[in-house]
Amino acid sequence: MERLLDVLAGLSFVLLLLVLRSLRREHIRVEHSVSWLAACGALLLLSRSRAALGRVSEALGIAEPAVSLIFLILIVFLGVFYRFSRVVSELKDMNITLTQKVAILEYRLRERHEEEGTKARD
Amino acid sequence: MNYDGTLLIIPAYNEGGAIGPVVREVREKCAGLAVLVIDDCSTDATATEAKLGGARVLRLPCHLGLGGAVQAGYKLAFEQGYERVVRIDGDGQHDPADVPRLLEVLEKTGYEVVIGVRSKEPGGFETHPIRKAGIHFFRLLLRPILGRAAADPTSGFLAVNERALGVFAQSFPLEYPEIETLVVLQRRRFRFEEVPCRMRKRMAGRSSITALKSVYYVIHVLLGVFINILRFDGRPRAEKREG
Repeated sequence: MERLLDVLAGLSFVLLLLVLRSLRREHIRVEHSVSWLAACGALLLLSRSRAALGRVSEALGIAEPAVSLIFLILIVFLGVFYRFSRVVSELKDMNITLTQKVAILEYRLRERHEEEGTKARD
Repeated sequence: MNYDGTLLIIPAYNEGGAIGPVVREVREKCAGLAVLVIDDCSTDATATEAKLGGARVLRLPCHLGLGGAVQAGYKLAFEQGYERVVRIDGDGQHDPADVPRLLEVLEKTGYEVVIGVRSKEPGGFETHPIRKAGIHFFRLLLRPILGRAAADPTSGFLAVNERALGVFAQSFPLEYPEIETLVVLQRRRFRFEEVPCRMRKRMAGRSSITALKSVYYVIHVLLGVFINILRFDGRPRAEKREG
């Protein structure tokens, strides 16, 4: 189980680096990186601190600290996925409204051009 | 018939083979009726064909799906001050000769929505058995929710008045709107009437609802109906109509 904790710490570190790299390259916006950074930081801390993980395991009633860490990872990731589902849904709604607005504006612009063209011909 | 203040909208996605004849038929059978085709970012010549047929075209820069396209049409109609909007499909299944009847019933009853439903007259287009089963299932599901029977809850042939137009321009079910629309109407205490109409085979192309998608359709619509019931805004449900 000790090796599993090392693997989890390694994975948390890699994820942390990935998020920071994406932030630097502006692939992720700062406000959306906070959840990931907090999750990575907490996981890294727990996987390295036996005392903290021991207390969490005891509170959860799980005998094996590595299992409780995996359980926490699952909870954290479910939370992050839920948050991003909400963000994506909100963005989709905004996208639909914008698309409709752009289409209507273009339609009106075309109409106006046609009217002006007709007037100019007359 | 006088079509002042009335707009006919046709949502279309890759209906290049059918949209031209559909628009021409509308213009022939409903002379004087303003026709707007909402091109849902088609990859074929839908917009060009619609324009050649004599329709105005509202081109969406991204593909939004049926509900998004229809709502764009409602928004434009609302902004331009139309009082009535008729919606027909872009595949030629709906006969524009029925449009005046829908508008007459809309006017006469004062109801917010009039729906053109499949009539059982001989010679009419027979619906696919799976779709028939789906319609039957949703009919049974909707009866207690609506407090009345809905003969064809999947029909996309409908006329709406100014009140319904104002609501749909603001809020409209986005993916598979027909069935959810009925629940929205009921929650708003809007009334609807049904008019039997002859449905025809689609003129060209294929339905976007494949066998696999139909399973998703049922799940999506069930969820949509359920969510719309939960969105109850505190006002009492409409009283059950008699009959």
